[in-house]
Amino acid sequence: MALPSYTETRYRIWHYIYIAICTFVFFFLIAPLFVIFPLSFNAEEFLVFSEGMKNLDPDAFSLRWYKDMIYGTKNPWGLAAKNSFIIAIFATIGSIILGTLAALGLSSRHMPYKGIIMATLISPMIVPLIISGVAIFFFMAKVGLAATHTGIVLAHIILGTPFVVITVTATLSGFDHSVTRAAASLGSNPVNTFMKITLPLILPGVISGGLFAFVTSFDEVVVVLFLAGLENTTIPIQMWTGLREQLSPTILAVATCLIILSTLILISAELLRRRSERLRGINR
Amino acid sequence: MSSETKQILTTDGIPLEVSLKKAEKKNKIKAFLLVAPLLLFLIITYVFPIGEMFSRSVDDKMITNMLPKTFKEMEKWDGKELPSEEVFAAFYYDFKVLVEKQEHGKLGQRLNKEKNGFNSITKKLFRQVKRKKIDESISIKEQVMKVHKRWRNVEYWQAIKRTAPPYTMSKYLKGMDMYYAADGSIAQVDEDRRIHRILWLRTLEIAFFVTLFCFLMGYPIAHLLATLPMKYSNLLMICVLLPFWTSLLVRTASWMILLQQQGVVNDFFVMIGLVADDNRPEMMYNKVGTYVAMTQILLPFMVLPLYSVMKTISPSLMRAGKSLGGTPFVAFWKVYFPLTIPGIGAGCLLVFILAIGYYITPALVGGASGTLISNQIAFHMKQTLDWSFASAMGLMLLSGVLVIYWIYNKLVGVDNIKLG
Repeated sequence: MALPSYTETRYRIWHYIYIAICTFVFFFLIAPLFVIFPLSFNAEEFLVFSEGMKNLDPDAFSLRWYKDMIYGTKNPWGLAAKNSFIIAIFATIGSIILGTLAALGLSSRHMPYKGIIMATLISPMIVPLIISGVAIFFFMAKVGLAATHTGIVLAHIILGTPFVVITVTATLSGFDHSVTRAAASLGSNPVNTFMKITLPLILPGVISGGLFAFVTSFDEVVVVLFLAGLENTTIPIQMWTGLREQLSPTILAVATCLIILSTLILISAELLRRRSERLRGINR
Repeated sequence: MSSETKQILTTDGIPLEVSLKKAEKKNKIKAFLLVAPLLLFLIITYVFPIGEMFSRSVDDKMITNMLPKTFKEMEKWDGKELPSEEVFAAFYYDFKVLVEKQEHGKLGQRLNKEKNGFNSITKKLFRQVKRKKIDESISIKEQVMKVHKRWRNVEYWQAIKRTAPPYTMSKYLKGMDMYYAADGSIAQVDEDRRIHRILWLRTLEIAFFVTLFCFLMGYPIAHLLATLPMKYSNLLMICVLLPFWTSLLVRTASWMILLQQQGVVNDFFVMIGLVADDNRPEMMYNKVGTYVAMTQILLPFMVLPLYSVMKTISPSLMRAGKSLGGTPFVAFWKVYFPLTIPGIGAGCLLVFILAIGYYITPALVGGASGTLISNQIAFHMKQTLDWSFASAMGLMLLSGVLVIYWIYNKLVGVDNIKLG
């Protein structure tokens, strides 16, 4: 963003203001995440930077909250983590299957009522979560699935499928349908064509949709608050309760782990996006 | 010409047109069958339950079913003076059935919501009925009126009559701080008790300002990301995407740490001398906290659509504008800005839709003056258990969101939503 040498002074000033604003906004976006790391290693119970921490005194830092997270007595985090992963994995699988099939249908140019159906399928992403939560709770209570893992998995499939539908439809928009016709003309049946030709080509889109569905489920708290019983507690529920009652450093230890997890997911999502763009022949 | 066209046959001897139509229909069914599982799943588990919320929100059948004879007799009553002996008798017989089923308590509670004082007089009547004090061979009206003086008050009978229709809009009126007055007209709640209207206005206000802040902060950085060379912009993009992928609760927690009175932001203000150490401002549990945290959390949803639109604008357009004599400001305002309007529309609508239904962040950092309509819905679902009122408020919110969603769909198209 170097300015040409003939730029007038007032535009030069404007340019530096612009850069300053951008720096501030980037800082505003990313800095809050980094305040969590050092505090999670705090030796004390308070959520403020102690004098020792400011002077980088090694005694002011400790792993006690991480130990508490893993070994602490009456600790809910183990069960919560187990539940969260089980629910998120099943919800992701369900979302991927239903969402990919729907996206294949929606991408066909023969699809009738495409607009209204697409709007319906995306709606769980748009409707405020609190309303989705109330509606899904009424349904699950009626069919006796409230406070069960199955009920929560189904609820998260509802919330996760829009992401899969969107990403897979986007991948399919650049899809060359002549390859499937070629496969068909060479004697392949539709299932075989899908598994051998279509799926490998749209796989990056499917997986990145799956990542969205996973994160949605793993991070979801509003709907689970309505549905979960004591045995179905998840990491977000525990964090929510913790943040409402007392903000303990153990929560920050958990939060640090979650930030590491989301960094890993971000890296995989970015790699997939680039691979998908390469496969679709979008060069930059 | 057309007759000749029709004569084209396929090898099976079927006219081509028919054959094509058949193939087209087959393809349509195939495409639809692929969508069907998800569509069916969503309709059963999601669309119907939302519809059920509606029937729950207007449902008022409880009393209609409890007092069938009374309401039948009341059809003849003009509602001005005390009802006739028949109405009293019908009410008494209905009430006797309820006593046998032990449901008289529910009736009392429900009627008490319609008019204060019903609970105690139904309890009094219950005792008389239980002890079989009421003689059915003589005038029931006289005896019921003797149970308590309120049974002689016509207002209480009017209140019963108001509960006759199986459907009611009263929950929706309550959501707008209105109610049905004694004469059936719609009245406003006293000025100092209009809590819901404050919440609606506050929800709109916060959603509007969060959208505005997101736009003001998102536009410059989206522009920077779109104009920087790839290798720098990819790096900076992480600053947008990492918060996007990070748990909402983690981000809210970090704001709770930053904004507390002994927190980093206050420390910084003290350090640069903006505030005195013993006079640290309260930045959490009020609107400030809600604004700051929600803006940071929703900012990626503004930046991403803006970025994808700005990416498609050729830099030569700005150069052309400048070479034709426009100053950089004129070139920006007349050339660049109008081209980014689709992105602005998409980003603003998305952020507004998300902000208007926000629940978690306001509940944690909002305190009493930062709570939104969603928090009120959750409160009625979990604390007061007034599910029909929660449903009514939810649907009022939903109708607003659907209007914006419809506009979004017209302007942007749902299939153009970009993620990451």
